[in-house]
Amino acid sequence: MDLSFGEEHEAFRREVVGFLETHREAGARSGRQAALEWQRLLIEQGYAGRTIPKAYGGHGAEPDILKARIIAEEFARAQVSTGLGGQGISMLIPTLLEVGSEEQRRQFIGPTLRGETVWCQGYSEPGAGSDLANLRTKAELDGDEWVINGQKIWTSTAHLADWIFCLVRTEPDAPKHQGISFLLFSMKTPGIEIRPLIDMTGGHSFNEVFFTDVRVPAGQIVGKRGDGWKVANAILRHERGSLADPNTMLSRLNAMKTLMRNETLDGRRVIDDPVFRDRLMAIEGRVMAMRCNDLRLLSGAVNGHDTSLAGMIVKLETTELRHDLEGLAIDVMGEFGLIYGEDAPQLRNNGSWQWNYMFFLGLIIGGGTSQIQKNIIAERGLGMPREPKLAPA
Amino acid sequence: MDFGLSQEQTLLQDQLSRFLSQNAALARARVFAAENQARAPDVEAGLAELGVPGLIIPEEEGGVGLSLLDAALACEVLGRHVTPAPFIGSSVLAPLALMQGGDAGQRGVWLPKLAAGSTVAGVAISEAAGARENAGVEARDGKLFGRALFVIDFEADLYLVADRSKRLHLVAADAPGLTRTRLPTIDTTRPTGELLFDGAPGEPLAGGGDPAALIRRLIDVGRVMYAADTLGAAQAMIDQAVVYAKGREQFGRSIATFQAVKHMCAEMAASLEPCRALVWYAGHALTSLPEEASVTACHAKAHVSEVGTRVARTATEVHGGMGFTDLVGLHYWFKRIGFNRQMLGGPQAVREDAARLQSLAA
Repeated sequence: MDLSFGEEHEAFRREVVGFLETHREAGARSGRQAALEWQRLLIEQGYAGRTIPKAYGGHGAEPDILKARIIAEEFARAQVSTGLGGQGISMLIPTLLEVGSEEQRRQFIGPTLRGETVWCQGYSEPGAGSDLANLRTKAELDGDEWVINGQKIWTSTAHLADWIFCLVRTEPDAPKHQGISFLLFSMKTPGIEIRPLIDMTGGHSFNEVFFTDVRVPAGQIVGKRGDGWKVANAILRHERGSLADPNTMLSRLNAMKTLMRNETLDGRRVIDDPVFRDRLMAIEGRVMAMRCNDLRLLSGAVNGHDTSLAGMIVKLETTELRHDLEGLAIDVMGEFGLIYGEDAPQLRNNGSWQWNYMFFLGLIIGGGTSQIQKNIIAERGLGMPREPKLAPA
Repeated sequence: MDFGLSQEQTLLQDQLSRFLSQNAALARARVFAAENQARAPDVEAGLAELGVPGLIIPEEEGGVGLSLLDAALACEVLGRHVTPAPFIGSSVLAPLALMQGGDAGQRGVWLPKLAAGSTVAGVAISEAAGARENAGVEARDGKLFGRALFVIDFEADLYLVADRSKRLHLVAADAPGLTRTRLPTIDTTRPTGELLFDGAPGEPLAGGGDPAALIRRLIDVGRVMYAADTLGAAQAMIDQAVVYAKGREQFGRSIATFQAVKHMCAEMAASLEPCRALVWYAGHALTSLPEEASVTACHAKAHVSEVGTRVARTATEVHGGMGFTDLVGLHYWFKRIGFNRQMLGGPQAVREDAARLQSLAA
């Protein structure tokens, strides 16, 4: 047991803290242009695109899990943006680095990392949610072009995206996992229609996307024809891993303690109510357990220890915990917890409790539902058998 | 940065586990329970050979000189095997109290005997964590009066007793004026009981230091140990549930293929796995993170108890009717987890303690 990061890494931490002190204001500017400039500065410093090779527009540093963690911690502490996110950066770039062609890497990684090209992900369909491999959007080769027809749903930021990475069925006669290909194409291609899907928070982040005879150059495929499922699975692993964020959880817990000191019921502070206090402490215990689990994963990644079960449970446990945590805050506020709307003066913490309470229900469902997570834990973590397939009717 | 077990720590757990599975399997716990045995000399002798009673006692006093995290790791293994032997009281709390609060004479007399396992010490500090029936002990002129309940490692030669003013005393098991009554509990693997003092001579720990802080320390350490014991017991229940589900067939297929059953197992594993890291952290904090140690101990005790209780119930349910029988013997683990949950404070009491420690409660 040694929880220190060591002198080399503490020196790196001081460097990050120094950078944040100097550049804090640049990081706080709003607007698209400021965000793009901030991103460029972060790449230059090695705080964004850190391990992406220089040839593709990254910083070209050796992978160092602890340095990545230090950057995340210090930026969170300073409440400064760690730069651009989104599915292009978090999912497409790692995929291209793993399985993209040299030409694709050179064409797409740099602009994506710098925020010049924004991506959306075309995976889920009305008939292909948890059973993603059942997707039906088809692409047929016509000369040197794919012709795409079908529909996607839950497409985050489709209305803001320049390009899409998309799973389509190219081999209709192959078994379902082997008939899928991974295509890249511009969202400005004729034949694409986007309809907004408003979610329960009132927000518009999802869309339905319809494809009618959308024509895409044949070379815009990642991996080989029929290999799309493998490519997609590499990405899903990234998505599940990236949801673990113990620092945010801790800051929400601290915000809740403040909330419980401030809110009153019949003139008594909520924190002085033993029932609420007990609920708070029960949540704190769960948060502490997940933070320790995160330390174990971090250490396992650094030292090459096997932590597979501890990693497999993170998506399930964290999303459920956050939903419960945000829900407790609503009970703390009682009727005031119902206030919703952007500018209501009665809002506490900008209305983030109620919004997160609903949003985390979305995360419990999205990216592999809690039930799918439990199947994965049982089958891959505990070695329990898969459910036998039904005989075709 | 290394948040994980060392090779030595893994080896310690493996060695202990191998000895217990070969020499103290469930069959041994059954005999211990059925014959209402006070002690299991065969099990204790084997543990002594492995150095378990002297785990945290310094080498110069005849022990192994390991850390409190190592003690928690040993506890986990003892819980996994529902081992009917003293440990938390006699090998952790009593030695710790002597090491930190005893004078040179007391340490020199008792630590080598505790390390060898030739003396077993019971620990009477339940009232300091929360007194039932207004129990408590008063010390007057070297004599003790009153009542101590739920003594840890009750079948002992020597007792470490906390009085109401938070001082600790050593009392011989055969002291005049001491009446010992075993309290029959659900957990037949670890005897507990009640001590009645009517002028029994008590020798105060005489090493100086802040006695209230020492008692606080013992409670923190004890809570982490009970959490570790529950971790091991709960993991054993999950393992058994998964094996049972795979082997049991209904409707022409293994019940492990049913999602209802799989999800029960996945929920158990998902909630228990973070407890492992929490117990490691709490064990490490006891010696290396003094300002976090008490709150972390509270959360380890409360959270692992809650998860353990849920696991105990669910793993039993996965076994169907067989889980309810004595035939499978799953109830030994169920009861061990139930015992650990209440000792040194149940979850509500311990969480309130965590709130007080953070000045969130009066």
